[in-house]
Order: sequence, then C-alpha cells, then structure tokens
Amino acid sequence: MLAATLFRTPLYDEHLALGAKMVDFAGWQMPVQYQEGILKEHDANRKGVSIFDCSHMGEFLIEGDAVSSGLDRIVTQPLVDMPLKSCRYGFALNDQGKVIDDLIVYRIAGQKWMIVVNASNIAKDRAHFEANLARGIRFEDVSFKTAKLDLQGPLSRDVLSKTVPGISKLEYYTFDEFELWGEKVIISRTGYTGELGFEIYYPWGAASKAWQTLLKDSRVKPTGLGVRDVLRIEVSYPLYGHELSEDISPFEAGLKKFVDLSKDFIGKENLLRHDKEGGGRKIVHFISLSRRSPRQGHSIFSSDGKKIGEVVSGTFSPAVNAGIGIGFIKKEFTSIGKDIIFGDEKFKERAELAARPFYKGGSLKQ
Amino acid sequence: MEIIDHYLYTKEHEWVDIDGKVGTVGITEYAQSALGDITFVELPGSADEVEQFERLTSLESVKSASDIFSPISGKVVEVNDKLTQDPGLINRDCYEKGWIAKIKISDEDETSNLLTADEYSNYLESLDRNDGGESADE
Repeated sequence: MLAATLFRTPLYDEHLALGAKMVDFAGWQMPVQYQEGILKEHDANRKGVSIFDCSHMGEFLIEGDAVSSGLDRIVTQPLVDMPLKSCRYGFALNDQGKVIDDLIVYRIAGQKWMIVVNASNIAKDRAHFEANLARGIRFEDVSFKTAKLDLQGPLSRDVLSKTVPGISKLEYYTFDEFELWGEKVIISRTGYTGELGFEIYYPWGAASKAWQTLLKDSRVKPTGLGVRDVLRIEVSYPLYGHELSEDISPFEAGLKKFVDLSKDFIGKENLLRHDKEGGGRKIVHFISLSRRSPRQGHSIFSSDGKKIGEVVSGTFSPAVNAGIGIGFIKKEFTSIGKDIIFGDEKFKERAELAARPFYKGGSLKQ
Repeated sequence: MEIIDHYLYTKEHEWVDIDGKVGTVGITEYAQSALGDITFVELPGSADEVEQFERLTSLESVKSASDIFSPISGKVVEVNDKLTQDPGLINRDCYEKGWIAKIKISDEDETSNLLTADEYSNYLESLDRNDGGESADE
C-alpha cells in the first residue's frame, strides 16, 4: 500500500543495486545513504566527487517576457537584468511575505526560463505560478520528464571535463547546453554542498545511462540525502520546511540579500510591514560543546535556562567534529550573549552561537 | 548478520553477555548497521540503577538519536569510556570492543525474558519478511 503511493525516480533500481537504504522523502522513495555510510560519503564530497540523484526536484519551463509574463513579480530577485545562461537564486512569497518556496531561475533565452523548485512543493508552486502568470503565457511542468544528477566535490570538474571539455569554462551560477552521451542537456555550475559542482538536467528515460557512466569513474561515489543534509547545514544553506516555510519570511531566515527591494514582487508590502514592526524571530547558528547534536524540534535555552527558541536543523558535523544546529530565537532575546543550551526533556547540552557558515573550506568558487 | 551464540538478546537489538553476577551490554550488528555511523554515545552514570527494558542510555548517529534499553535490571558498575572519543568502535566491533556498560544483575530470573541467539536469529528473519515497504526510520 505504502510503496504504491510513493514516487520513484528513474534511478530507483540503481539505488537498490548499490545497496542504498531507501526512505520516504517528500512523497518519494529516495536513497538516504549507500553502503559505506554517511561519514565516508561526506569525505567523498569534501575531498573527491559525489553524485546525488535529485530527480525528485521540480522543473518548470516558462516562455514570455520577464515582466509582462508576470514571472518577475513571482520572484524576489530581478529577472530583467539576468544575462543569458545565468542562474539566480530567490524566493516565491505569499501575500504575507512568507516563503512559498526557494527556487533557482535559469534564463535559457531572452524569453525562455526554467525554474527549479523543491520536490515537496511542486504542486503548490505550480498552482502559484499558474495563478500569477499572465493569460496565454506558456507554462510547462517538466518535473517528471527531467532527471537531475548533481555531481559535487573539488574533483567534479576534472571528472566531467573528460566527457564535456567545455565544462571548464562554466562559471559559478551559470549554465549551458551540452551534448552528453547522445542527449542534449542543461548543465549548471550550481549545487547544495558548498563544493565546486554541477547539476545535470537529463532526460528522465535515459538517466540510468548517465548515472552508470558517471559512476564508472572510480573517483565518483554515490551519496544520499542523509549526507546532503549534513553538507548543506555545514554551509548554512536553507532547506524548505526547516529554515523556510509559509510561516517564515526571508528576512527572518537571514536571507535578505536574495530579496531586491527596488523591484515589485508578490508579498513585498507585508514583508516590509512585518519587518518594520520588528519581525518575529532571528535565525541563529550554533556549535555544540560536545559531539552531541541538536535535532529539529529541540528547544533553545538561554544560559540561565529560559526557553528562547527552537532548533530547525541539526546534525553531527564531520567537518567541525561537533554537533551543529540552526534555530530561531525570539527577537527579544537576540542580545543574550553567545552561550546557549539546546535539548529536550531527556537532556540539555551547552553550545555557542557561531557565524554562518560552519564550514568555510569549500571548493565552491575554485 | 553476525550473532554471538552464548549472548542473550532483546527485541530492541541489545545484547547481554552474562558472566556470573555481571552482564556486559551492547547493541547488535543489526542495530549498528541500521543506525549507521555512530557519532555520540551518552554513557550511563556509574552506579545508575536500571530496570529491565527501561532506558539505559542513548546513542546518536549522524542524522538520528536512539534510546538504548537495558536487557537486565541492576546497577551499572562500569562503562566503556573509550566510546566517548571513539563512538565508531560500536560500528567496527559491536559485540566486543564496542560494549557500552557492565551491569550487576539484581534478578537472575529476568534472563528468561530474553531471546537466545537462535530465537533472536529467527526474530531477525521475521523482521526481514515483514520488510516489504520500508519507510523512513528517522
């Protein structure tokens, strides 16, 4: 019964063949880790090359002028000045100025766009886009036609340039169309780990071939959603449902730089009003004083034991060699000093507030 | 899945190796494999009194935390300090060097509530059979 209701990516059988532990994530059966375990997968990403199946994520194609199509109003970042074949990260907000989703806009041509959204939000995003795009604008949800393979790690360029020589010219947050094993595909220099890396948008039906071929290079290790979460927390990237939600504004999440207040966008008025009124919460990053890790749902306390907030993401960090966490604390407690406590009814552990990101050694812009 | 013949087991995947009045307690191969890389072990306090099948302590892997239950009632007389610096010892050698605590047994009759190696092995097989549609355990 359960299995029938969950989606599978085109690489499902590949994951089973590799002995992956599969879990339910956002309605998809996804690999959380492979046989060697999360610590080895972490090493593969930070020191070598890792490959993630992200085919569960959503892709929309839109054709039309940035402004008259209504697209520019949906996104908090300006689209009109985007160079061709560049990517831009931003948010779609609701009327209240809270986050419907975080997304990346790809400018494929002057009037052609690809929007990449979170798997958990595809249906909701589609409805939001369709409701807010002008009549007659071509909109296509290609999520189930488009596999996505993320090749990430300091050696990822070396691996990919064997097959795609032109890849070495690709700059951070740009993309191009390449021929890869007989398919015409988009490859962007983007990712979610803080390392040099590429996202390959591959035709759904042919994705196994690309996956198997990439894994033939012995430097490439398969990596699952478990380590993906560790890696993104280490570099303080937000994850929808944790740092972002329809209850959290991008300002509260500390992501103001992805909101351009010089342009118009849905939710702007209430975002500004809410901010003027002092906002509600402030995002904090903290490092456990032990190997014990904070977890989503733990409370955050001041050093004198008063509850001041909640943990939204937490993990053991192999890079920091300690537990690390991200949480929100109420505005009135923002000057409490750097000593805090996290925990639940079972235990309390001391921690120190830290600057983001936790891990600064990434190869992202090499 | 490795199982040690002369140990006794719980359905929560703890083992106990009984030597006279003292039982050494740890987690099984099945448990360490399911948890993945263990990153933190909360050692029980020396002299803690525990009840059979009650929470003894907890372990954390990279992405999750799990309670460990005591296979027997008694008093903690020794803990494996090595796990503080090297929690991965449990992944590498869960039945020997990765032991967690030694407990002075207060009621020897309680061992009848535990599974023998054969019973535990059958229990694992029954779990496998029921494992058609696995969902997230974290």
